[in-house]
Amino acid sequence: MRLEPIANPGLGRRLGFPALALVATVVIASGLAALAGANPLQTLGLVIKGAAGSKFSLLETLNRATPLIFTGLAIAVAFRAKLWNIGAEAQLYGGAIVTVVLGTSVLSGMGAAALPIVGLAAMVAGAVILLGPVMLKTRFGVDEVVTTLLFNFIMLLLVSYLLEGPMKDPMGMGWPKSSPLEKDLRLPRIVTGLRLHWGFALGLIAAGLVWFVQSRTTLGYEMRAVGLNPQAARFAGIPVNLVLVKTALLSGGLAALAGFSEVAGLKGHLSLDLSPGFGYTGIIVAMLALLHPLGVVITAIFVAGIFVGADSMSRAAGVPTYIADMMLATALLLMVLAIGLTRFRVVRG
Amino acid sequence: MTAQHSGAQDVVLRLTRITKRFGALTANDAISLTLHRGEVIALLGENGAGKTTLMNILFGQYTADEGTVDVFGQPLPPGNPRAALAAGLGMVHQHFTLADNLTVLENIQLGTSSLWRMGLGRAAARAKLAKLAADFGLGVDPDALVGSLAVGERQRVEILKALYRDARILILDEPTAVLTPQESEALFETLRRAVATGLSVIFISHKLHEVMSLSSRVLVLRHGRLVGAVATAETDRHALAAMMVGAEVSAPAVAAVTPGPALLTLRAVCTRDQGAAPGLKAVSFSLRAGQITGLAGVSGNGQSALSDLISGLENLTSGTLDLPAAPPKWTPRAAVAAGIARIPEDRHKTGTIADFSLTENAILETYSQPPYSRNGLMNWAAAEAHTRALIATYDVRCPGPTGPIRQLSGGNMQKLILGRVLERSPKIILANQPVRGLDIGAITYVHGRLLAARNAGAAVLLISEDLDEIMGLSDVIHVISEGRLSPEFRRGTLSAAELGLWMAGQGFSDAA
Repeated sequence: MRLEPIANPGLGRRLGFPALALVATVVIASGLAALAGANPLQTLGLVIKGAAGSKFSLLETLNRATPLIFTGLAIAVAFRAKLWNIGAEAQLYGGAIVTVVLGTSVLSGMGAAALPIVGLAAMVAGAVILLGPVMLKTRFGVDEVVTTLLFNFIMLLLVSYLLEGPMKDPMGMGWPKSSPLEKDLRLPRIVTGLRLHWGFALGLIAAGLVWFVQSRTTLGYEMRAVGLNPQAARFAGIPVNLVLVKTALLSGGLAALAGFSEVAGLKGHLSLDLSPGFGYTGIIVAMLALLHPLGVVITAIFVAGIFVGADSMSRAAGVPTYIADMMLATALLLMVLAIGLTRFRVVRG
Repeated sequence: MTAQHSGAQDVVLRLTRITKRFGALTANDAISLTLHRGEVIALLGENGAGKTTLMNILFGQYTADEGTVDVFGQPLPPGNPRAALAAGLGMVHQHFTLADNLTVLENIQLGTSSLWRMGLGRAAARAKLAKLAADFGLGVDPDALVGSLAVGERQRVEILKALYRDARILILDEPTAVLTPQESEALFETLRRAVATGLSVIFISHKLHEVMSLSSRVLVLRHGRLVGAVATAETDRHALAAMMVGAEVSAPAVAAVTPGPALLTLRAVCTRDQGAAPGLKAVSFSLRAGQITGLAGVSGNGQSALSDLISGLENLTSGTLDLPAAPPKWTPRAAVAAGIARIPEDRHKTGTIADFSLTENAILETYSQPPYSRNGLMNWAAAEAHTRALIATYDVRCPGPTGPIRQLSGGNMQKLILGRVLERSPKIILANQPVRGLDIGAITYVHGRLLAARNAGAAVLLISEDLDEIMGLSDVIHVISEGRLSPEFRRGTLSAAELGLWMAGQGFSDAA
């Protein structure tokens, strides 16, 4: 058996296989839930209901999708230029730290006018965090997969230190969390009374901007050229290293916005559980979207929906919550397989 | 023994109405051929004519849609490479399939015996190899690491590998592409000996003079069809070339032009070595307006270093590079700005971005300038209009400017690259292997464009491993060997044999 590429896959193939993957996911996930003691026939209904069955659950899904949109965009931008940024988690925490520092002290007197400044400062922090690994890559050829990955642990330890030390909330009853942001510096809700905050809207705007940068600007052309064929790009005169640095700044900044949006929009303070791996899940989101910035919005909502829905299902059906992780993993593997099958056909012999 | 072409018992290989389709494209259309014992047939055809597809079917890499293959009277099961090897077919690929870090003997044994038993059979293998080498005049040290061998020697190892597996039918795919004229002649000698012992050979080539000197019959493929089968003795190069392209072709007529001033001058230039390939060693020469300077040499002797230097990819370590307007920092972009048109050696890896559209490829070198880019924003309408003009002017056959360039044939890809660099009326043209892998129609086109640019006053540096191309087009010729440059020879003052000696490194003042 081997794979033969298909030059122009038809619409049936491009929609059929992902649809098949969804069906297979439901079957396998129901089986998993049954093994854990739930009624398999109810599983799908419970997941959908949990993810989008009510206004509350739908908004919960969108809230959960918000940081994934940012980290997904960060990964999509970087991977498009073949810059393997595995450190969105570190950049997210960098953005979160800056948001808290500025939002609890320096800019706390400025009111809501300070929000854009805080957001931009968070982006700078994320950009700087990714700059180090990229400079090591362009100067010395150090593999950025390793350096950006290791930065995740460095940043987590730094956050842990800060929360036990200088940034610890004196009113926090000993919990390792920071002081809360000023009320004025919280991202407002889009509709009063509903939990969805402006971070989600910011995510949509960011996706639109990234799409515009990639398809309409000179930098976007350079980033795509460098990603597809660095040798030809260099020969043609594209400053490859400079493009990689610019890509890193954009990617790191986007990932940091996830931290900004989670702190300023949702949590209001910094804690060690701010991100349950949004930086890593962002890789899944970006890959499922085939690195398309507008696709990232859709896959982020899809992945968030599975998380929220499976979580709710596990509560309703009385099965362990890690069923949610297993469902997501199943969905991801099958979807990657389906995307592969849209572009290759299996030939016997 | 002499070949008997009449008796059916002499037929070692018979292809009957082989047809293979890829979607709408018919790569092989009912091709039939027979190969006799002790015979050399040449398979001639342009790129995309279907030669490789046919050989892949023979070796079981593809399964034919229709038709059968018989080897020594037995039908060959389709789609089974192992069966093809067992039936006595041996293939020498254009790109060698050898492991650099193993010795010659290990490479030859690889795959013939179980990994666990390899040590045990070594003495017997060594004896068999020694006998084959003596029989066929293929002298090579069995204990040498393949990585340390020259290209010609590696090819001998490939042939020995096939013979070791008792191949009775040898198929060689463009075997002389990487050889000097002398090495090619040695290869032909080996093949003649092999044929004399009863081997049969299928020889795939572009080069008409080789086909004429080696084969007894020539089969010509065009667009997947067998368009001609002639005895070599009854044809000539012109007739074969006409059969390949379907029309009579002629070598370009080169009128003498008085060369103008030097537009680019190297003085005692040295560059870094590039891995196994040497850098430039104190190279001095000038490219003059209205003149084509040919650079001959066996691949890997410093051509890349020179080409990279002029392209802006590489900087010199000593010496000077003189241009009329010397930029402060030597980069690819500076080279483009200095008016150098660069046609790279590898149009797939360096010249184009396969998944980019024709439009995106057409502006690769100029994308950052108006009208394509203003204030950081791309003007795709202008880029597409420019590409449409290039497609029309340079006769690029393609579905349109928006499809990915990887769908184009090599010739059309090269035409787009030509258009990209020549549209700017460059003063200096660097053409590195500009027609490698192209069909005769495209070769004629590319050469015509280069000559037209030269007649219009451009200084052209033509780097090629094909001596016919160098001698046909160049006003002056240099030979490069181990990074050293020979003196300048004017057109017609050196024979191919003399050039071959220079290519082999003789004649240089510091020759060891």
